[in-house]
Amino acid sequence: MFLAIDLAFIIEKLVLIIIVVMGSLLIAMYATYAERKVAAVLQDRSGPNRAGPFGLLQPVADGMKLFFKEEIIPAFSSRFLFILGPGLAMITAIMTSAVIPWGNTVEFFGRTISLQIADVNIGILYIFGVVSMGVYGIMIGAWASNNKYALIGGLRAASQIISYELAMGISLIALLFLTGTLSLKEMVVQQQEGLWNVVKQPLGFFIFLICAFAECNRTPFDLPEAESELIGGYHTEYSSMKLGFYLFAEYINMFISSAVMATLFFGGYDVPFLDESTLAPNIAALIGIAALMFKIVCFIFLFMWVRWTVPRFRYDQLMHLGWRILIPLALFNMLLTGAVVLYFNK
Amino acid sequence: MQALTNRVKTVSRKPMNFLERLYIPAIIQGMIITFSHIFKKNPTISYPEQTRPFSPVFRGLQILNRDEEGRENCTACGLCAVACPAEAITMEAAERQPGEEHLYREEKYAARYEINMLRCIFCGLCEEACPKDAIYLSETFTPADYQRKKFIYNKQELLIPHPKEDPEAYKKALGNRAKQQDSDTKN
Amino acid sequence: MGITTIIFMLLSLMAVGSAIMMLVTRNPVKSILWLIVVFFAISGHYIMLNAQFLAVVNIIVYAGAIMVLFLFVVMLMNLNADSEPTRNVRLQAVGILSGGSLLLIILSALMKDGGNNVVQMRIGDEGLISNLGKVLFTNYVLPFEIASVLFLSAMVGAVVIGKK
Repeated sequence: MFLAIDLAFIIEKLVLIIIVVMGSLLIAMYATYAERKVAAVLQDRSGPNRAGPFGLLQPVADGMKLFFKEEIIPAFSSRFLFILGPGLAMITAIMTSAVIPWGNTVEFFGRTISLQIADVNIGILYIFGVVSMGVYGIMIGAWASNNKYALIGGLRAASQIISYELAMGISLIALLFLTGTLSLKEMVVQQQEGLWNVVKQPLGFFIFLICAFAECNRTPFDLPEAESELIGGYHTEYSSMKLGFYLFAEYINMFISSAVMATLFFGGYDVPFLDESTLAPNIAALIGIAALMFKIVCFIFLFMWVRWTVPRFRYDQLMHLGWRILIPLALFNMLLTGAVVLYFNK
Repeated sequence: MQALTNRVKTVSRKPMNFLERLYIPAIIQGMIITFSHIFKKNPTISYPEQTRPFSPVFRGLQILNRDEEGRENCTACGLCAVACPAEAITMEAAERQPGEEHLYREEKYAARYEINMLRCIFCGLCEEACPKDAIYLSETFTPADYQRKKFIYNKQELLIPHPKEDPEAYKKALGNRAKQQDSDTKN
Repeated sequence: MGITTIIFMLLSLMAVGSAIMMLVTRNPVKSILWLIVVFFAISGHYIMLNAQFLAVVNIIVYAGAIMVLFLFVVMLMNLNADSEPTRNVRLQAVGILSGGSLLLIILSALMKDGGNNVVQMRIGDEGLISNLGKVLFTNYVLPFEIASVLFLSAMVGAVVIGKK
């Protein structure tokens, strides 16, 4: 009786999933190019400019190089887990995109299609769940490598991500006080009608931003792969496309966390001072997608800009920042928001 | 102690104030600095397409010269080999046969002329020693190669292109020298 | 057999199978990974019961945080299959005894109930987040608040220990 499923619905979602996953991969691909270009521009260099016009084919060349490289699996590693690690990192990176509303609804063939793969009522918690899974990819790969540098990198990643998840969660609770919903779609709708959440929650956003840097293992929190002390960190033993998966997962994570920040704090696909209801729904949706993409690109640039400015923290400084500054700050922010909400609701 | 240069900066050991301990102003300052570099000029010269102009006294790969009619200048006198501090030049002389006047300018010529580019130090003494203006140092680098024997340049590789048969390549090989000759003739 | 039953069977198989694997595997790291699979299977069951909040929290807290700490400790202490101490026969007997009595208790509880109180698939909406929140903040305010104060004090305690 339950096998009777709406076939059109499944096809629609499948197409959406494929588009989103491919889009994430494409953007991650060009994020690697953008990273090098941004680094070059910030350092008065030219960056990749040989493959194709302006070096635009560079990511393709890099990918091909990784594919054709020799695959090395260390003799004393645990083979299955060694392969599982990068796969897990990649899967968890992509999975997060399921609950992000990429735009409003579009109409095709008389069907109204929501540009969100799954509007679950626990949207933010889902993101948290998947992000907390993300560390396994690193930890399993690090342990399976049977290499001390990789192990240290993995341990660093684990403790770092757990520490910053806490502050991230608390900073979000303050946001949830205001929105009263866990669904990302509803949050965007609320922001379309009112102010963007960043205006109401500047401190919360700031904490979230710092934690996002830490969760993505981006500089200044890239201690798990600190080249200068740990060789390659958790991916020391990796080569070929498995290394590529790890590097790629980092960029997908960056893309997704930019999308999450844009959705939570910067109105998602909302364009300020534009009444979407006056436009045709498909055009409005397109404008919305473009707006979201613009916000995401700005965030990705911010990630890169910070990477090429701020040097890496020392490990004790990282823990100090996470536990002794961000968590009390987030708790204070939560209390403050709670008090304000309580005061105005009376 | 007196500072050795005027660029010395003494490290301030005073405890940081609150704003400095916050670290965020410092980060923002740094980010402004990096952002300002977006608008700075990029000093990169993308090499094969663009080249840095050489100084007029640049000494590169040797070239054996010809005169305007395409005859080789070299008479295999051996002065360059004597002058060469690295002993990179070897040659063998031969006598010009009747009917070869269009090939060699004088009665004696170099049948074999080799420069070992691994030994050459590009001092330019061969050019100074040459009484016939037969050898000079051009503006090209010695290209890299996988085999040592490729670095021993023979006469065919050293000779300048024929000015009649291939005037463009000849002009190119002359390089700065052509301009110099032009200005010399004008003066 | 509806699709619900099929999924239920698959999830149960996964849960029980990986639980057995967890016990059988000699390598502690692999044991933990099997335990994570168990948690995922259980989260799947929660979703089947329409308790999405519980499912996600189960993943965040158990699979995402506690298991990471387990893994962390195991990696830090470098426990391996060969460094495992040989088991004492007396300890094994005690383990069998306690495990067996737990099984008996569960079995007797199930028998007594007689299958009247079987959970309904996809029907209950108690697990949906708004209902759960209402129940927690009306019927169970006091225990909930006590638990949250406990957690808060634990967190503050961690920060204080960090300051030392």
